[in-house]
Amino acid sequence: MQQSEAAPQIAEKPSKPAEDRRWRLVNRTMRVNGYQPDALIETLHTVQESFGFIDTDAMEYVASELKVPLSRVYAVATFYHYFTLKPPGEHTCVVCLGTACYIGGSAAILDDIQAQFKLHPGETTADGRVSLLTARCLGSCGLAPAAVFDGEVAGKLNSPAVLERIRRWTDHDTDS
Amino acid sequence: MTLTLEELQQIARIEQDRREGFQHRIHICTAAGCLSCQSGLVKEAMQKEVGRRGLENWVEVKGVGCLGLCTAGPLVAIEPQGVLYQAVKVADVGPILDALGGSPVEHLHCPTDIPFFTRQHKLVLANCGQIDPERIEDYIAQGGYEALYNALRNMTPRNVIEEITRSGLRGRGGAGYPTGLKWTTVSKAVSDVKFVVCNADEGDPGAFMDRSVLESDPHRVLEGMAIAAYAIGANHGYIYVRAEYPLAVKRLRTAIAQAQRFGVLGNGIFNTRFRFDVEVRLGAGAFVCGEETALIASIEGRLGKPRPRPPYPAESGLWGHPTLINNVETFANVAPIIRNGGQWFAGIGTEKSKGTKVFALAGRVNHTGLIEVPMGTMLREIVFDIGGGIPDGGKFKAVQTGGPSGGCIPEQHLDMPVDYDSLAQVGSIMGSGGMIVMDQSSCMVDVAKFFMEFCMSESCGKCVPCRVGTTQIYNQLCKITGGRSKASDLDLLEELCDLVKNTALCGLGQTAPNPVLSTLRFFRDEYMAHISDKRCPANTCKMVAAKEDV
Repeated sequence: MQQSEAAPQIAEKPSKPAEDRRWRLVNRTMRVNGYQPDALIETLHTVQESFGFIDTDAMEYVASELKVPLSRVYAVATFYHYFTLKPPGEHTCVVCLGTACYIGGSAAILDDIQAQFKLHPGETTADGRVSLLTARCLGSCGLAPAAVFDGEVAGKLNSPAVLERIRRWTDHDTDS
Repeated sequence: MTLTLEELQQIARIEQDRREGFQHRIHICTAAGCLSCQSGLVKEAMQKEVGRRGLENWVEVKGVGCLGLCTAGPLVAIEPQGVLYQAVKVADVGPILDALGGSPVEHLHCPTDIPFFTRQHKLVLANCGQIDPERIEDYIAQGGYEALYNALRNMTPRNVIEEITRSGLRGRGGAGYPTGLKWTTVSKAVSDVKFVVCNADEGDPGAFMDRSVLESDPHRVLEGMAIAAYAIGANHGYIYVRAEYPLAVKRLRTAIAQAQRFGVLGNGIFNTRFRFDVEVRLGAGAFVCGEETALIASIEGRLGKPRPRPPYPAESGLWGHPTLINNVETFANVAPIIRNGGQWFAGIGTEKSKGTKVFALAGRVNHTGLIEVPMGTMLREIVFDIGGGIPDGGKFKAVQTGGPSGGCIPEQHLDMPVDYDSLAQVGSIMGSGGMIVMDQSSCMVDVAKFFMEFCMSESCGKCVPCRVGTTQIYNQLCKITGGRSKASDLDLLEELCDLVKNTALCGLGQTAPNPVLSTLRFFRDEYMAHISDKRCPANTCKMVAAKEDV
């Protein structure tokens, strides 16, 4: 992660350093959409894709570029569940809570994760290694219960299998 | 570039010849379900192995859309022989190639003469599992974009709408509004600027029909949208897709770029004056954005909150212009209707529900996956024949349709045709097509609570009945499942449901009580068991522990 190196540059205003690829992507999205206010959601998607989350600084920048009040940018960023204002952990586990997964016992899996790792949905472990999230439905209902480990969907899960995969991440010795 | 009919047919012919040139075509499912069981690796290994054996000119390896039986993935089909393999791993690549032309590999063989395959009627899904969704030529070879050609060159916009009206097609997003009527309204609206919007914000948990269609056959949706745009006089379209469907988004974008290159989108399509462009807009995880006015707000880059109707989007939609909004599956039905005629379509299904319906069958059922059946098919046939019944000797309890807006249908109503009106009669809805089967291990009160929790957190907060009401209903259900309620609470629960249903601003709130009402209607004894005996018949509610505390 280059987050820490990029931080001082991010503070510069109003235009974002062109040499940072991540900001270039954000600028590109706005340019393609003609800097129209209706490109707000598209732009926030790019911000999150590039940085992993949306911070105040990014919101201020997008607000000034698209000429949208900051309050609206904040409202949109917090209204939609897909956007997150907190930096994610090194690894993320998304447990699906769709109907088929619920029938398949995903609630019990979530309970076991909470019991084992003291990790509630939306939280990241204190060492910043693992974030636990929930999804409304991954659409992988044929494979219920399903979860996403670092972007990779895994299906037909049970508690021991999920706990084992998270343990591999939290275990500092084996970094996989 | 603009195409003539001859050029279109030539592309189709070349592609068909190319296909016939292969002795065997290996179709590997690369829709999201199978991809998550590593079908991508199987495809790679298969391509490599075919190359290593020098079979490139004999055997085609092709990534295709959903083959249907998601639970048995990764699925591989051998065409034209029609052999289907299930749960294929990278190591199986060799044996499958060895068996080409001979008898199929025994331990992988998936019989295709079971009701799951034979009872289906594929119309929307006709190309799913047949074509490579990332190649427009493959779609054209199946007769793709010919309907658009016919509409543009041989029909007036009015003819097109008449044909759609004659077909009896109703909106597949859930409410079942007659499509022809909607198109007529938008076409009559006077405005220089009109929009066509495809609602692909498939937020219902337990539903993946639209995703499968977009991943497996994106051009069909684009063609349907273009025909609609011609009919109502629009030049610009949006597809509003969930950001949670990255593969569908990617394939849509590829499809749009190809369609532009081939001139079936853009300016002067098929040498007419008609121009049409499509843009993809990403949702951001708000269920309420499936509601049309909220969806419009979201496309405009605002908070996805609904507004009172009228005016309906047909008069005042995107940026105040007349806007036609249809669901993915509705658009997917358009090209076949134009190709074969409205009369043909009207011959399928029941008197009031025409055509077919795609369902995502999941839950406690042997064959989970994507199915398409004619309207009017018996619910029992879907669950027990196509779905193959309940696994592990379980006992059927209910089938849930319509997601958080629908209801649970018990065994006594299984002999009921699946159509808009029959489902409404038993307090459920067709919905977009999620169908979740439950057995004795599911507690119906807990199921109601599950859906209410969903509606509560997805409520946009604009209107009080929905924002406060769903929370109050949820709290009541928590009391019941926690063993802390008394009999009179049921009256309060019903009163709350009635209030939310009749006073909420949009469809989300108005239908949110449905899961509670339908379980109260058919499984009242389970509620009573929780209330008077402090017992959960299915043994899922945690109140068992709470009882011990007392």
